[in-house]
Amino acid sequence: MGVEIGLLQQRLAPPDYDVLSGRDMPVVRLPPARLLNAVTLLKNEFHFDLFLDVTAVDWLPRQPRFEVVYHFYSTRHFGRIRLKTAVTEGDPTVDSLVSLYGSAGYMERECHDMYGIAFRGNPDLRPILLYEGFVGHPLRKDYPKLKEQPLVPYRK
Amino acid sequence: MARTPIPIQPAGTKTAAFEYLTTKKDELVGWARKFSLFPYPFVTACCAMEFMAVSSSPYDTDRFGAALPRFSPRQADLLMVVGTVTHKQAPVLYKVYEQMCEPKWVMAFGVCATSGGFYQNYAAVQGIDKIIPVDVYVPGCPPRPETVIDGIMQLQDKIARSRHPIMTKDF
Repeated sequence: MGVEIGLLQQRLAPPDYDVLSGRDMPVVRLPPARLLNAVTLLKNEFHFDLFLDVTAVDWLPRQPRFEVVYHFYSTRHFGRIRLKTAVTEGDPTVDSLVSLYGSAGYMERECHDMYGIAFRGNPDLRPILLYEGFVGHPLRKDYPKLKEQPLVPYRK
Repeated sequence: MARTPIPIQPAGTKTAAFEYLTTKKDELVGWARKFSLFPYPFVTACCAMEFMAVSSSPYDTDRFGAALPRFSPRQADLLMVVGTVTHKQAPVLYKVYEQMCEPKWVMAFGVCATSGGFYQNYAAVQGIDKIIPVDVYVPGCPPRPETVIDGIMQLQDKIARSRHPIMTKDF
């Protein structure tokens, strides 16, 4: 069950990739430019055929500020894998995985809502949980905790 | 034969008999209205489970005439806001309230509808009374069915005590 960590380290070699055996699953650190290559390889050679989630971590004040985290699952060998790539506040852009996994579209929309990560190649990045006209990204650490943006004017 | 004109009462003056009739009419209409509440359940969250419990047989809101949910706001006169209302949903809630005919009452069911509850962030409305007027607040997370029944009874008292103009502003 799972995937051979040695084999992963062979195929995703340094200096671009850094494969660690995490506590719960293998973790691959990689630069954003390598994302599409790595995911294509994981899908075709390592049979990670199910896209579980994409989310981000805001490491304010650390630089680079954001870390985009992907999880994949294999319905063939039942293993999981985690991908982490760091992007800066000035250019929080990663490549979209819509061309590889159709389900990535919605999850990238949510991540775009909450953290303002831009997914290059996603055809539809409209708000999915937020509403049109919402300014800012509420799960960023610098979004004011109590700031509300009501759509209906308050009474009184 | 010349007719004597019927004396027309100047507006604003009322006889004692008229006042008596009006109070009795209010009592009667209030009594009728308080036992025929048609709730519109605006159910958004987990309080719905408690709403099901309170409206089904063990607790049975039919005893208070408030059992038959109408799923169109135009047929309802009690808006039960059951659960958290987010800013994204607020325009929907407002529209539902606006579509209800007078007389209408609003119950904030559970602590989220009452005050936002433990949500205080970018998403949750801090109590539906920021948007629409509320007649009775039912606290609890979720409220016990007994609390909801107490809320319904308090609303009934409120309806029985209030004025019920039915034809003109005065009557």
